[in-house]
Parts: sequence; C-alpha cells; structure tokens
Amino acid sequence: MKNKCCNHELNEECGCGLCRTRINHLGVTLNNKEILQDINLEIYCGDLTAVIGPNGAGKTTLFKAILGEIPHTGTIEFLDPKDNKKGRPVIGYVPQKLDFDNSSPVTVLDLFTATYNRFPVWLGSSQKTKKRVQKNLTLVQAEHLLNRKLGALSGGELQRVLLALALDPVPNLLFLDEPVSGIDQKGLELFYDIVSRLRQDYDLSIILVSHDLNLVVKYADRVILLNHATIECCGTAAEVFDNEKVIETFGLGWAKGNFESKRKEEEQTHDRTMV
Amino acid sequence: MIEQWYRLLDALLPLAWLEYDFMKNALLAVLLVTPILGILGTMIVNNRMAFFSDALGHSALTGVAAGVVLGIQSPFWALLVFSVLFAVAVISVKNANTASTDTIIGVFSSTAVALGIVILSHNGGFNKYSGYLIGDLLSITPSELGILALIFVLVLVFWAGWFNKLLLVSVNQSLAKSRGIHVRFYEFVFAIVIAVVVTFAIRWVGILIISSLLVLPAAASRNIAANTRQYHVFAVIIALISGLAGLILSYFWGTATGATIVLVLALFFAGTFIWKISTR
Repeated sequence: MKNKCCNHELNEECGCGLCRTRINHLGVTLNNKEILQDINLEIYCGDLTAVIGPNGAGKTTLFKAILGEIPHTGTIEFLDPKDNKKGRPVIGYVPQKLDFDNSSPVTVLDLFTATYNRFPVWLGSSQKTKKRVQKNLTLVQAEHLLNRKLGALSGGELQRVLLALALDPVPNLLFLDEPVSGIDQKGLELFYDIVSRLRQDYDLSIILVSHDLNLVVKYADRVILLNHATIECCGTAAEVFDNEKVIETFGLGWAKGNFESKRKEEEQTHDRTMV
Repeated sequence: MIEQWYRLLDALLPLAWLEYDFMKNALLAVLLVTPILGILGTMIVNNRMAFFSDALGHSALTGVAAGVVLGIQSPFWALLVFSVLFAVAVISVKNANTASTDTIIGVFSSTAVALGIVILSHNGGFNKYSGYLIGDLLSITPSELGILALIFVLVLVFWAGWFNKLLLVSVNQSLAKSRGIHVRFYEFVFAIVIAVVVTFAIRWVGILIISSLLVLPAAASRNIAANTRQYHVFAVIIALISGLAGLILSYFWGTATGATIVLVLALFFAGTFIWKISTR
C-alpha cells in the first residue's frame, strides 16, 4: 500500500518512516532561567511520539520553541529520505484550548476561511472555500459543525475542528496539545481514533503532549519523559514506564498492567507496515 | 466637494435641523466616523481590548499637554505621536508578561491622565482644555472632513487586506504562529491603527466617550450576530443609526453630540441583550 507522504515534494520516493524532523541541541533560556537544555530528538514519518512530564517541566516551552514562538538555540530541520535538509518543517498545531471570548460570533467556517484566504472573512466565504472546509471537516467527523460558533462547540468538537484545520496543508509535523480538561472520555476516544486513522492515511509525524498515561500507552510508539529541563528518558511505553525515574515522578505502579494491550497494538502496527 | 454635499442635502432632506452648514458637516462626520469606529470595535471586543481603547482615549490628555509644553499651535501632531507611543508602550510591557494586562493598562492610563492634568492645570488653566473631555462634533470644518474621508478609506483598505490575519491572531496566537503569521507585528499594527483613529476622532467625540463608540456597536452586534459577516454588518448599521439619532436628538435637546450618540448606542445594547436572553 502506498501512503500519501507528509512531504509533498517527494510524493514518489518517500515511504513510511523515511523522512523525519530532527531537533538538534535545542535549548531555551528565558529571563536568565534555563527552561530547556540540550534537547535532541528525531521524529520519523508515521511515528507518534508522546511527551510526558510533570507540570513546569518545559513541555509547553518545547512546543513554542519548535513553533518558533520563542527564541531558542540549536536547530530544527526537516530531512528528506536522502538526508537533504529541507529547512523548517511545515507544522500543524492543535492547541490545548482557545483562549477566546466564547460569545464571539466567529464560526468554524470563519476560522477556516481566515486561515486559507486573503479575501476578508467579513465579506463572506466563496463556494470553493466552503467545499474545501466541508471536505476537511468530514475527515474528522465534524461536517455538521460548519456554521457553528467556536464558543458553542464542546471540548471534543473543538479539538476535532482544530485537528481538521491543522491537516490542511498536510504538515510534516503535527502537534497535539492534549486538553487537560473539558473533554469527556468518549470525546477523547473518538479524537484519538481519528488521529490513529489519519496517521496511517497521511503517514504523519505526530508529537503528543499528554497527561493521560492510559492514552499514551495505547497510542504512542515512543514516549519521552521531559523533566528538569531536559529529556530524562526515552523509549517505548514499556521501557519508559519501567524506568525508576518515571515511576518516581508519576507514582506508576498501575501502568504495568497496560503493557499487554499496548503490545497487541504494536503487533497490529507492525502487520500494517509489512502490508 | 463640500458644496455638492450641501446641495445634495438641501435637495434630498429639506429639514429644519439641516439648514445650517455646521449640521451638514456634522452629519457627514457622523457618517464617516461611526462606521469606522464600529468596524474596528468588532476586533477590539474580540481581543478584550475595551480597557485598552479607553486608556488610549485618556492618554490623549497627556498628548494635548505635551503639545502645549512644546509650544505647538495645533496639538494634533503631539497628540498623534503620543498616542502611538502610548499604544506601543502598553503592548510592549504587556508582552513582557510580568503582570496581568488590565493592571498594566491601568497603570499606564492613570499615569497619562495624571500627567496631563498636572501639566494642563499649571497656573489654573485647565478649563481651556475641557473641550477635549466631551468633544465637539459641531465644530468640524470642511478641511477636517477631508482628512476624515481619507482615514475612512485607509481603514477600509487596511481592514480588507489584513483582517483574516488579525482574526487568526485573535483566536489563538500559537495557532497563528504555526501558520507563519508574525503575531507580534500584527498586534502592534492593530494597536497603532486604533491609536491613530482615536487621535483623529478625539477632538470631535471627546476623551471620556471615545471608547464607547468603539466598544458599544460591536457589543450590541454580537448579541444578535451568528457569524463574522453579520457581526460587521450589524455593528455598522447600529453605529450609523445611533450616530444619526444622536446627532438629531442633540440638536433638539441642546446636548453634547458624542454623549447623546453613546446613549442611543446603550439603548441598542439593552435591546439586543434582551433579545438574546429571551431567545436562548
């Protein structure tokens, strides 16, 4: 099976897991305080990497540095399969929440139109734009939300809409900042089912910041523990959750039982790759 | 140009209150100023910048004082420079993230007002400047109307070209950043545009109520609007109707025009608010 690749220029040559985003010696210092130091990370196409860590460990800062929102040292590059540097990756970002006035009359369509077009939203949206938005919303089972106001969406609906927004144009790297609150369990499962499906369809590299370790065990190929401003531990969910430091940080007696289901998931992924 | 406007009004609206040239001027001013403030207001309300625009109006007092100290005949340029500097300073300090936004704006606003009053009240001469507090729309001259028309066009061009980016920045800064939008740049540009428009409008509208003309049309409009386009359309219509009604009422009551307009706007807000509650 041939997948659409996250690197549009290399549609033909690029198969699963060949192109990647490389983060080299990334460091962030704000107000003379070192918030991140010497972060090294390679994220391959089709990989879902989960970042876990206690509050204040620098997860949000890592996001912002990769987005280019705050100054950082080190480099972030997107590499094609032959290791040619392609510059900064195209990033799709699904924010944790919109710090936005709920009573504001901005609809889902308005948000998409503002993102895609220069033609001002206050003069309306063209049929062409509407179709494009409709198509993207269908990907995340949210086509019925087109004319809803952003403030009227439930937490889960908003996450799906923002996911659809992040997928056009198809990003080299997709960031999911998991909401801490406001999404019920059902909404969360639907969201991650959609993410898993899209990951296969588009061969996406995904970085997920999560507080829900159950979900991490279920969906992540790789887990990174961010603590004390750097990556303290990195590996599969089983490896990371066995690590003494992690058990100490999170108090994780319970996680061990989940590895069985995780292993099954991995086997399935493996089978899929073979096909 | 202005002669044609006079003749047009004489032909179309032969009303008693429109016999005077100053009322014809004021009418044109209302038709130019209220929609512009209404449109900019939609984003001010979205960005929760009502307090910021209020502070900007207050800072004009120091602008006037600076003009007086520097011995400039018309304090307009001093006002403009000061307003823009004020806007840039507030946004810069806000972005340093050391205190909450309203605290920072409060500090700037009260400092500016105090400084203005201290300078202008030197030797007990404050009364000379009290006109700035309530404004005087009826004193607008034809050449000032020309400048106003230019601003009107410039704001529309700005709003047509840059609105989408401003909207994304307003919804979520990180999201905008991931779309390659220079968030800080747009933040500053928007603040400066507001500063410039407020400076132009303040002589006729008045320091005390300029922010009401920015905030109230949008606040009333969002009670009934279902999307961004309606938000704009309703805000402009409400601003225009209130402007006209306020001008006419102020003529018959002999009251300050700007404040009368604000009262009509407040009625619109009350009406739309009740409509919103009752249809929920």
